[in-house]
Amino acid sequence: MSATVNNEHALDGGPGPMGATYGKMMMWFFIVSDALTFSGFIAAYGFSRFKFIETWPIADEVFTHFPFLHGVNAPMYYVALMTFILIFSSVTMVIAVDAGHKLQKSKVAVYMLLTIVGGFMFLGSQAWEWKNFIKGEYGAVETAGGSILQFVKVDKTQKNGYARVKLEEFAATLPEVREQLTRDKGVWFMEESSIPTYSIEEVKAGFAAHPEVLVRTEFIKDKEKTVLSREESVKKLNDGVLVVEGASLIRNEYGHKLFADFFFFITGFHGFHVFSGVMLNILVFFNVLLGTYERRKSYEMIEKVGLYWHFVDLVWVFVFTFFYLV
Amino acid sequence: MAHAHESNMKRIWTVFGILSIITTVEVYLGITKPDFLFKETLLSMSFLNWIFIILTVIKAYYIMWAFMHLEGEKKSLRWSIVAPLVFLILYLCFIVLVEADYIFEVFNNSYYTWIF
Repeated sequence: MSATVNNEHALDGGPGPMGATYGKMMMWFFIVSDALTFSGFIAAYGFSRFKFIETWPIADEVFTHFPFLHGVNAPMYYVALMTFILIFSSVTMVIAVDAGHKLQKSKVAVYMLLTIVGGFMFLGSQAWEWKNFIKGEYGAVETAGGSILQFVKVDKTQKNGYARVKLEEFAATLPEVREQLTRDKGVWFMEESSIPTYSIEEVKAGFAAHPEVLVRTEFIKDKEKTVLSREESVKKLNDGVLVVEGASLIRNEYGHKLFADFFFFITGFHGFHVFSGVMLNILVFFNVLLGTYERRKSYEMIEKVGLYWHFVDLVWVFVFTFFYLV
Repeated sequence: MAHAHESNMKRIWTVFGILSIITTVEVYLGITKPDFLFKETLLSMSFLNWIFIILTVIKAYYIMWAFMHLEGEKKSLRWSIVAPLVFLILYLCFIVLVEADYIFEVFNNSYYTWIF
């Protein structure tokens, strides 16, 4: 109202500067700084993508799974579902805040519970997404120069005229034995968590025996990855040194190494925020049940935790756009 | 409290509807990728990407204004949150993406093969 600010209750949650209580204002400034952290991550993703603009993986071809639709190419549907889960849990949160203003204890409790359930559903969905990403589907070969070669065959029913081929569909079985390197068999710091299903020799032999299989490189031309002719494919595969299945922080079958790194870091950091948000929600949920805010005659704590929860949703909107759509 | 708290239920469901519609449109465009949007570019970015980014900013606006209730806060608080974010994020994106594009050109025109 006037220029005088009454700071009498400033430290016990009373009105602070800019018409907000200190708690709410500081939650906002925490969110500002956290938003800048996420911007840094997403801008770094943009940096790497612009730097490798001609060879970056196409997200549509990576995230194609949907529960119970095995082998069906369903790009985007699953992340869309995750987005809806998160938006809906934001709605239940804002309803809880609204009920809190009217001091309706049981309504707040019910909607907080729904928000918590939504949070767990999102976390579960993300775990499933990670599982598929780590497991991989088709397998690929890495060249000496570090680029990824994928395999396709001509298929007129597909939009771009080619269908992806899994390694298991053509790789030969050779009478060779490759042992997994563990610490007790070599130097103490050298080990590997698993060995690929096929060796590079088996892939090369299988490729020679299947003339219909072609190599697809990372290079994008007219918004599609380039497929080589059979002669070029044979030549290109000679550069192959490693079989890559699925994804790790070191290499992945989808393309550029940084792609998986950014996927793990950005969605992982966001998932960690969702997890923290669910924990905070559970905390205030029990406080609602115990009547803490009822006695305080103020449900502002719900509002503050709600701000954080909406922020998590806000970040997901951007991750969704820049990781899956653009 | 500076603002009265009448029930906002109608506003909440309206915003939920808007967010759902925008997401559905994004997903539809993302799956179909119509050529006239996907292959035409404006300022070296495809129309489709412009649409996605604009829709995302609209979604962010609704989440911050309606769900996080910025529309009910004082102007000073609103600006002290939004202004630094808008300025710093635009600045960061500008500087980082321009640099990345420059590095791409350098690699692309160099005398040695860097990806093979």
